[in-house]
Amino acid sequence: MDIQSCVNIQTEWDIVAARQLGRNVAKELGFGVVDQARITTAISELARNIFIYAHKGRVCIEKMNDKGHAGLRIIAVDSGPGINDIRLAMEDGYSTSGGLGAGLPGVKRLMDEFQIVSSQGKGTEITAVKWIR
Amino acid sequence: MNSLIINYIDNHKEHILNLWVEKMKEKADERVLRVVSNQVFVGTSREFVEMVTSNLNDENEEYSERLRDFAEKVVKLGWPISFVTEGIQVFSNIVFDGIKEEKLVTEEDEMKLFYGIYKRTNPMTNEIVNVYSTTWERTVSLQKIALQELSAPLIPVFDGISVMPLIGAIDTERAKQIMENLLNGVVKHRSEVVLIDITGVPVVDTMVAHHIIQAADAVRLVGSQCMLVGIRPEIAQTIVSLGINLNQVTTKNTLKKGMEAALEIMNKKMIQVGEISEDSNIKTI
Repeated sequence: MDIQSCVNIQTEWDIVAARQLGRNVAKELGFGVVDQARITTAISELARNIFIYAHKGRVCIEKMNDKGHAGLRIIAVDSGPGINDIRLAMEDGYSTSGGLGAGLPGVKRLMDEFQIVSSQGKGTEITAVKWIR
Repeated sequence: MNSLIINYIDNHKEHILNLWVEKMKEKADERVLRVVSNQVFVGTSREFVEMVTSNLNDENEEYSERLRDFAEKVVKLGWPISFVTEGIQVFSNIVFDGIKEEKLVTEEDEMKLFYGIYKRTNPMTNEIVNVYSTTWERTVSLQKIALQELSAPLIPVFDGISVMPLIGAIDTERAKQIMENLLNGVVKHRSEVVLIDITGVPVVDTMVAHHIIQAADAVRLVGSQCMLVGIRPEIAQTIVSLGINLNQVTTKNTLKKGMEAALEIMNKKMIQVGEISEDSNIKTI
Protein backbone atom coordinates (compact mmCIF):
# COMPACT_ATOMS: atom_id res chain seq x y z
CA MET A 1 0.00 0.00 0.00
CA ASP A 2 1.27 3.43 -0.83
CA ILE A 3 1.16 6.08 1.84
CA GLN A 4 1.38 9.65 0.70
CA SER A 5 2.06 12.90 2.49
CA CYS A 6 2.37 16.29 0.89
CA VAL A 7 3.85 19.72 1.48
CA ASN A 8 2.53 22.80 -0.27
CA ILE A 9 5.26 24.96 -1.72
CA GLN A 10 4.56 28.65 -1.44
CA THR A 11 7.55 30.19 0.30
CA GLU A 12 11.22 29.42 0.34
CA TRP A 13 10.88 27.84 3.77
CA ASP A 14 8.42 25.29 2.42
CA ILE A 15 11.36 23.83 0.53
CA VAL A 16 12.98 23.08 3.87
CA ALA A 17 9.72 21.55 5.12
CA ALA A 18 9.44 19.35 2.03
CA ARG A 19 12.93 18.02 2.35
CA GLN A 20 12.54 17.44 6.07
CA LEU A 21 9.50 15.33 5.29
CA GLY A 22 11.46 13.44 2.66
CA ARG A 23 14.35 12.85 5.01
CA ASN A 24 12.04 11.53 7.72
CA VAL A 25 10.30 9.13 5.36
CA ALA A 26 13.63 7.98 3.90
CA LYS A 27 14.96 7.37 7.39
CA GLU A 28 11.83 5.42 8.31
CA LEU A 29 12.16 3.22 5.25
CA GLY A 30 15.74 2.44 6.14
CA PHE A 31 17.66 4.29 3.44
CA GLY A 32 21.36 4.77 4.13
CA VAL A 33 22.91 8.15 4.87
CA VAL A 34 24.08 8.67 1.30
CA ASP A 35 20.71 7.80 -0.21
CA GLN A 36 19.02 10.04 2.36
CA ALA A 37 21.22 12.89 1.16
CA ARG A 38 20.40 12.02 -2.47
CA ILE A 39 16.66 12.01 -1.79
CA THR A 40 16.67 15.25 0.19
CA THR A 41 18.78 16.95 -2.44
CA ALA A 42 16.42 15.77 -5.20
CA ILE A 43 13.43 17.08 -3.25
CA SER A 44 15.24 20.34 -2.69
CA GLU A 45 15.84 20.76 -6.42
CA LEU A 46 12.27 19.92 -7.41
CA ALA A 47 10.73 22.07 -4.70
CA ARG A 48 12.99 24.96 -5.61
CA ASN A 49 12.02 24.65 -9.26
CA ILE A 50 8.38 24.95 -8.22
CA PHE A 51 9.19 27.99 -6.09
CA ILE A 52 11.25 29.72 -8.79
CA TYR A 53 9.21 28.96 -11.91
CA ALA A 54 5.65 28.16 -10.85
CA HIS A 55 5.64 30.10 -7.54
CA LYS A 56 3.36 27.54 -5.97
CA GLY A 57 2.74 23.85 -6.15
CA ARG A 58 3.00 20.68 -4.14
CA VAL A 59 5.60 18.08 -3.31
CA CYS A 60 4.34 14.67 -2.23
CA ILE A 61 6.34 11.85 -0.74
CA GLU A 62 5.08 8.31 -1.15
CA LYS A 63 6.22 5.08 0.44
CA MET A 64 6.28 2.28 -2.10
CA ASN A 65 6.36 -1.44 -1.85
CA ASP A 66 6.92 -3.58 -4.89
CA LYS A 67 6.98 -7.28 -4.04
CA GLY A 68 8.70 -6.70 -0.75
CA HIS A 69 11.04 -4.16 -2.27
CA ALA A 70 10.69 -0.81 -0.53
CA GLY A 71 11.08 2.51 -2.21
CA LEU A 72 10.28 6.19 -2.05
CA ARG A 73 8.53 8.24 -4.67
CA ILE A 74 8.71 12.01 -4.98
CA ILE A 75 5.92 13.71 -6.89
CA ALA A 76 6.31 17.41 -7.63
CA VAL A 77 3.23 19.03 -9.14
CA ASP A 78 2.58 22.59 -10.15
CA SER A 79 0.26 24.46 -12.47
CA GLY A 80 2.87 26.96 -13.57
CA PRO A 81 4.03 27.96 -17.04
CA GLY A 82 5.28 24.48 -17.96
CA ILE A 83 8.58 23.57 -19.58
CA ASN A 84 9.09 24.82 -23.11
CA ASP A 85 11.58 22.22 -24.27
CA ILE A 86 12.01 19.25 -21.98
CA ARG A 87 15.04 17.94 -23.84
CA LEU A 88 16.77 21.27 -23.39
CA ALA A 89 15.77 21.43 -19.72
CA MET A 90 17.30 18.01 -19.17
CA GLU A 91 20.61 19.17 -20.60
CA ASP A 92 23.41 19.90 -18.18
CA GLY A 93 24.14 23.58 -17.84
CA TYR A 94 20.89 24.85 -19.32
CA SER A 95 19.01 27.30 -17.13
CA THR A 96 16.52 30.07 -17.78
CA SER A 97 16.99 31.59 -14.33
CA GLY A 98 20.74 32.11 -14.28
CA GLY A 99 21.33 29.05 -12.12
CA LEU A 100 23.82 26.27 -12.67
CA GLY A 101 21.39 24.28 -14.80
CA ALA A 102 22.19 21.10 -12.96
CA GLY A 103 18.85 20.69 -11.19
CA LEU A 104 16.71 18.45 -13.42
CA PRO A 105 19.49 16.34 -14.96
CA GLY A 106 20.97 16.12 -11.45
CA VAL A 107 17.73 14.80 -9.99
CA LYS A 108 17.60 12.19 -12.74
CA ARG A 109 21.07 11.01 -11.77
CA LEU A 110 20.31 11.13 -8.04
CA MET A 111 17.23 8.94 -8.34
CA ASP A 112 16.56 5.53 -9.91
CA GLU A 113 13.49 6.41 -11.95
CA PHE A 114 12.56 9.76 -13.38
CA GLN A 115 9.54 10.93 -15.30
CA ILE A 116 8.52 14.37 -16.43
CA VAL A 117 5.21 15.46 -17.89
CA SER A 118 4.73 19.08 -18.81
CA SER A 119 2.42 21.04 -21.01
CA GLN A 120 2.89 24.70 -21.69
CA GLY A 121 0.65 27.00 -19.75
CA LYS A 122 -0.83 24.11 -17.79
CA GLY A 123 1.91 22.93 -15.51
CA THR A 124 4.47 20.30 -14.78
CA GLU A 125 4.45 16.99 -12.96
CA ILE A 126 7.72 15.30 -12.11
CA THR A 127 7.89 11.86 -10.57
CA ALA A 128 11.10 10.34 -9.26
CA VAL A 129 11.64 7.05 -7.47
CA LYS A 130 14.45 5.69 -5.35
CA TRP A 131 14.58 2.01 -4.38
CA ILE A 132 16.35 0.60 -1.37
CA ARG A 133 19.29 -1.41 -2.55
CA MET B 1 -33.80 40.25 23.71
CA ASN B 2 -30.51 40.71 25.57
CA SER B 3 -31.94 39.93 28.95
CA LEU B 4 -33.65 36.88 27.46
CA ILE B 5 -30.33 35.53 26.23
CA ILE B 6 -28.58 36.28 29.50
CA ASN B 7 -31.32 34.67 31.54
CA TYR B 8 -31.38 31.60 29.37
CA ILE B 9 -27.64 31.07 29.60
CA ASP B 10 -27.63 31.72 33.35
CA ASN B 11 -30.41 29.23 33.98
CA HIS B 12 -29.05 26.53 31.72
CA LYS B 13 -25.36 26.91 32.47
CA GLU B 14 -24.73 23.25 33.33
CA HIS B 15 -26.81 21.93 30.47
CA ILE B 16 -25.07 24.15 27.91
CA LEU B 17 -21.70 23.24 29.34
CA ASN B 18 -22.26 19.51 29.10
CA LEU B 19 -23.66 19.70 25.62
CA TRP B 20 -20.86 21.98 24.54
CA VAL B 21 -18.05 19.83 25.95
CA GLU B 22 -19.63 16.80 24.31
CA LYS B 23 -19.92 18.48 20.93
CA MET B 24 -16.42 19.90 21.05
CA LYS B 25 -15.00 16.51 21.92
CA GLU B 26 -16.52 15.20 18.73
CA LYS B 27 -15.00 18.03 16.79
CA ALA B 28 -11.59 17.84 18.40
CA ASP B 29 -9.32 16.08 15.97
CA GLU B 30 -6.19 14.17 16.76
CA ARG B 31 -4.11 17.28 16.75
CA VAL B 32 -5.98 18.76 19.68
CA LEU B 33 -6.29 15.58 21.68
CA ARG B 34 -2.66 14.73 21.21
CA VAL B 35 -1.44 17.89 22.86
CA VAL B 36 -4.12 18.08 25.52
CA SER B 37 -5.08 15.46 28.08
CA ASN B 38 -8.74 14.72 28.68
CA GLN B 39 -8.71 16.43 32.05
CA VAL B 40 -7.18 19.60 30.70
CA PHE B 41 -9.60 19.47 27.79
CA VAL B 42 -12.71 19.36 29.98
CA GLY B 43 -11.27 21.84 32.46
CA THR B 44 -10.40 24.36 29.80
CA SER B 45 -13.73 23.90 28.10
CA ARG B 46 -15.42 24.61 31.44
CA GLU B 47 -13.39 27.74 31.91
CA PHE B 48 -14.27 28.72 28.38
CA VAL B 49 -17.99 28.44 29.02
CA GLU B 50 -17.68 30.36 32.28
CA MET B 51 -15.93 33.03 30.30
CA VAL B 52 -18.62 33.20 27.66
CA THR B 53 -21.34 33.53 30.27
CA SER B 54 -19.43 36.11 32.25
CA ASN B 55 -19.01 38.07 29.03
CA LEU B 56 -22.76 38.28 28.83
CA ASN B 57 -22.94 39.68 32.33
CA ASP B 58 -20.29 42.32 32.31
CA GLU B 59 -18.36 44.15 29.67
CA ASN B 60 -15.69 45.93 31.60
CA GLU B 61 -11.94 46.09 31.50
CA GLU B 62 -11.51 43.32 34.01
CA TYR B 63 -13.31 41.04 31.63
CA SER B 64 -11.15 41.84 28.63
CA GLU B 65 -8.10 41.20 30.78
CA ARG B 66 -9.47 37.83 31.80
CA LEU B 67 -10.22 37.04 28.19
CA ARG B 68 -6.67 37.91 27.20
CA ASP B 69 -5.30 35.69 29.96
CA PHE B 70 -7.49 32.85 28.81
CA ALA B 71 -6.53 33.30 25.18
CA GLU B 72 -2.84 33.29 26.14
CA LYS B 73 -3.39 30.10 28.06
CA VAL B 74 -5.03 28.45 25.08
CA VAL B 75 -2.19 29.56 22.85
CA LYS B 76 0.26 27.99 25.29
CA LEU B 77 -1.73 24.75 25.22
CA GLY B 78 -1.15 24.68 21.49
CA TRP B 79 -4.78 24.40 20.48
CA PRO B 80 -5.40 25.20 16.84
CA ILE B 81 -7.09 28.55 16.40
CA SER B 82 -9.73 27.01 14.15
CA PHE B 83 -10.76 24.76 17.03
CA VAL B 84 -11.20 27.69 19.39
CA THR B 85 -13.14 29.87 16.97
CA GLU B 86 -15.28 26.91 16.02
CA GLY B 87 -15.92 26.42 19.72
CA ILE B 88 -17.47 29.84 19.96
CA GLN B 89 -19.67 29.11 16.95
CA VAL B 90 -20.82 25.82 18.46
CA PHE B 91 -21.60 27.62 21.69
CA SER B 92 -23.72 30.17 19.83
CA ASN B 93 -25.56 27.40 18.03
CA ILE B 94 -26.32 25.58 21.28
CA VAL B 95 -27.77 28.72 22.85
CA PHE B 96 -29.72 29.58 19.71
CA ASP B 97 -31.18 26.08 19.36
CA GLY B 98 -31.95 25.91 23.08
CA ILE B 99 -33.91 29.12 23.13
CA LYS B 100 -35.74 28.12 19.97
CA GLU B 101 -36.64 24.73 21.40
CA GLU B 102 -38.13 26.21 24.51
CA LYS B 103 -40.12 28.54 22.29
CA LEU B 104 -38.96 31.62 24.20
CA VAL B 105 -39.08 33.65 21.01
CA THR B 106 -41.55 33.91 18.18
CA GLU B 107 -40.48 32.83 14.75
CA GLU B 108 -40.30 36.44 13.58
CA ASP B 109 -37.89 37.23 16.35
CA GLU B 110 -35.50 34.45 15.49
CA MET B 111 -33.36 36.73 13.38
CA LYS B 112 -33.17 39.19 16.25
CA LEU B 113 -32.17 36.40 18.60
CA PHE B 114 -29.48 35.23 16.22
CA TYR B 115 -28.14 38.73 15.90
CA GLY B 116 -28.23 39.20 19.68
CA ILE B 117 -26.07 36.15 20.30
CA TYR B 118 -23.81 36.95 17.39
CA LYS B 119 -23.24 40.47 18.66
CA ARG B 120 -22.13 39.17 22.00
CA THR B 121 -19.89 36.31 20.96
CA ASN B 122 -18.20 38.16 18.13
CA PRO B 123 -15.95 40.33 20.31
CA MET B 124 -14.70 37.12 21.94
CA THR B 125 -13.68 35.66 18.61
CA ASN B 126 -11.96 38.88 17.69
CA GLU B 127 -10.04 39.04 20.94
CA ILE B 128 -8.88 35.45 20.73
CA VAL B 129 -7.81 35.74 17.09
CA ASN B 130 -6.05 38.93 18.07
CA VAL B 131 -4.08 37.29 20.88
CA TYR B 132 -3.22 34.35 18.67
CA SER B 133 -1.90 36.50 15.85
CA THR B 134 0.03 38.79 18.19
CA THR B 135 1.69 35.79 19.80
CA TRP B 136 2.59 34.37 16.44
CA GLU B 137 3.88 37.64 15.10
CA ARG B 138 6.03 38.06 18.17
CA THR B 139 7.41 34.53 17.85
CA VAL B 140 8.14 34.94 14.18
CA SER B 141 9.90 38.26 14.58
CA LEU B 142 11.94 36.95 17.52
CA GLN B 143 12.97 33.92 15.55
CA LYS B 144 13.89 36.07 12.60
CA ILE B 145 16.19 38.10 14.82
CA ALA B 146 17.63 34.95 16.37
CA LEU B 147 18.21 33.50 12.94
CA GLN B 148 19.94 36.63 11.72
CA GLU B 149 22.25 36.54 14.70
CA LEU B 150 23.59 33.14 13.79
CA SER B 151 23.44 33.80 10.11
CA ALA B 152 26.97 34.04 8.76
CA PRO B 153 29.74 35.36 10.96
CA LEU B 154 33.24 35.72 9.59
CA ILE B 155 35.75 34.94 12.32
CA PRO B 156 39.39 35.96 11.99
CA VAL B 157 41.47 33.17 13.55
CA PHE B 158 45.03 34.04 12.55
CA ASP B 159 46.63 36.92 10.72
CA GLY B 160 45.33 36.56 7.20
CA ILE B 161 43.11 33.55 7.90
CA SER B 162 39.38 33.76 8.58
CA VAL B 163 36.68 31.13 9.01
CA MET B 164 32.99 31.30 8.16
CA PRO B 165 31.08 28.45 9.73
CA LEU B 166 27.69 27.87 8.12
CA ILE B 167 24.97 26.03 9.99
CA GLY B 168 21.48 25.20 8.78
CA ALA B 169 19.60 25.67 5.54
CA ILE B 170 20.74 28.38 3.17
CA ASP B 171 18.03 30.42 1.49
CA THR B 172 18.32 33.37 -0.86
CA GLU B 173 18.28 35.89 1.98
CA ARG B 174 21.06 34.10 3.83
CA ALA B 175 23.10 33.58 0.69
CA LYS B 176 23.06 37.33 0.20
CA GLN B 177 24.25 37.88 3.76
CA ILE B 178 26.98 35.28 3.38
CA MET B 179 28.30 37.08 0.34
CA GLU B 180 28.18 40.48 2.04
CA ASN B 181 29.78 39.36 5.30
CA LEU B 182 32.40 37.43 3.40
CA LEU B 183 33.51 40.34 1.25
CA ASN B 184 33.30 42.96 3.99
CA GLY B 185 35.11 40.68 6.44
CA VAL B 186 37.86 39.76 4.00
CA VAL B 187 38.61 43.42 3.38
CA LYS B 188 38.27 44.43 7.02
CA HIS B 189 40.42 41.66 8.48
CA ARG B 190 42.82 41.66 5.53
CA SER B 191 42.29 37.93 5.16
CA GLU B 192 44.27 36.15 2.49
CA VAL B 193 42.56 32.82 2.99
CA VAL B 194 38.91 32.32 3.93
CA LEU B 195 37.62 28.93 5.00
CA ILE B 196 33.92 28.32 4.47
CA ASP B 197 32.84 25.45 6.68
CA ILE B 198 29.69 23.64 5.55
CA THR B 199 29.72 20.84 8.11
CA GLY B 200 26.40 22.14 9.47
CA VAL B 201 24.64 22.60 6.14
CA PRO B 202 22.20 19.70 5.78
CA VAL B 203 21.66 19.82 2.02
CA VAL B 204 23.90 21.13 -0.72
CA ASP B 205 21.75 21.45 -3.84
CA THR B 206 22.51 23.36 -7.00
CA MET B 207 21.40 26.66 -5.53
CA VAL B 208 23.63 26.38 -2.47
CA ALA B 209 26.52 25.24 -4.67
CA HIS B 210 25.87 28.13 -7.02
CA HIS B 211 26.04 30.62 -4.17
CA ILE B 212 29.26 29.07 -2.87
CA ILE B 213 30.85 29.26 -6.31
CA GLN B 214 29.77 32.88 -6.67
CA ALA B 215 31.10 33.72 -3.22
CA ALA B 216 34.42 32.07 -4.03
CA ASP B 217 34.63 34.01 -7.29
CA ALA B 218 33.91 37.29 -5.51
CA VAL B 219 36.52 36.54 -2.84
CA ARG B 220 39.05 35.90 -5.58
CA LEU B 221 38.17 39.27 -7.13
CA VAL B 222 39.10 41.10 -3.92
CA GLY B 223 42.42 39.31 -3.94
CA SER B 224 41.94 36.48 -1.48
CA GLN B 225 41.49 32.76 -1.63
CA CYS B 226 38.45 30.77 -0.69
CA MET B 227 38.52 27.25 0.64
CA LEU B 228 35.48 25.03 1.11
CA VAL B 229 35.79 22.72 4.09
CA GLY B 230 33.57 20.29 5.96
CA ILE B 231 32.31 18.36 2.97
CA ARG B 232 30.80 15.16 4.30
CA PRO B 233 31.09 12.00 2.18
CA GLU B 234 27.36 11.90 1.34
CA ILE B 235 27.46 15.55 0.31
CA ALA B 236 30.45 14.86 -1.90
CA GLN B 237 28.50 12.08 -3.62
CA THR B 238 25.41 14.21 -4.23
CA ILE B 239 27.54 17.05 -5.60
CA VAL B 240 29.13 14.61 -8.05
CA SER B 241 25.73 13.18 -9.04
CA LEU B 242 24.35 16.66 -9.61
CA GLY B 243 27.29 17.30 -11.90
CA ILE B 244 28.36 20.46 -10.12
CA ASN B 245 31.84 21.61 -11.00
CA LEU B 246 33.68 22.84 -7.92
CA ASN B 247 37.10 22.75 -9.57
CA GLN B 248 37.49 26.48 -9.10
CA VAL B 249 37.26 26.12 -5.33
CA THR B 250 39.82 24.41 -3.14
CA THR B 251 38.05 21.84 -1.00
CA LYS B 252 39.00 19.88 2.13
CA ASN B 253 36.93 17.44 4.09
CA THR B 254 37.51 18.94 7.53
CA LEU B 255 38.14 22.35 8.99
CA LYS B 256 41.36 20.98 10.50
CA LYS B 257 42.75 19.94 7.13
CA GLY B 258 41.67 23.28 5.67
CA MET B 259 43.41 25.16 8.46
CA GLU B 260 46.65 23.25 7.86
CA ALA B 261 46.46 24.05 4.16
CA ALA B 262 45.71 27.69 4.90
CA LEU B 263 48.71 27.96 7.23
CA GLU B 264 50.84 26.44 4.52
CA ILE B 265 49.67 29.05 2.05
CA MET B 266 50.56 31.75 4.57
CA ASN B 267 53.97 30.16 5.10
CA LYS B 268 53.15 29.50 8.71
CA LYS B 269 53.40 26.44 10.83
CA MET B 270 52.05 25.41 14.16
CA ILE B 271 54.69 24.03 16.45
CA GLN B 272 54.59 22.67 19.94
CA VAL B 273 56.68 24.62 22.38
CA GLY B 274 58.11 22.32 25.00
CA GLU B 275 56.72 19.20 26.56
CA ILE B 276 53.21 19.02 27.93
CA SER B 277 53.66 18.22 31.57
CA GLU B 278 51.23 16.11 33.55
CA ASP B 279 49.82 18.96 35.61
CA SER B 280 49.82 21.66 32.97
CA ASN B 281 46.69 23.54 32.12
CA ILE B 282 46.95 22.74 28.45
CA LYS B 283 46.10 19.16 29.07
CA THR B 284 43.02 19.89 31.09
CA ILE B 285 41.70 22.13 28.35
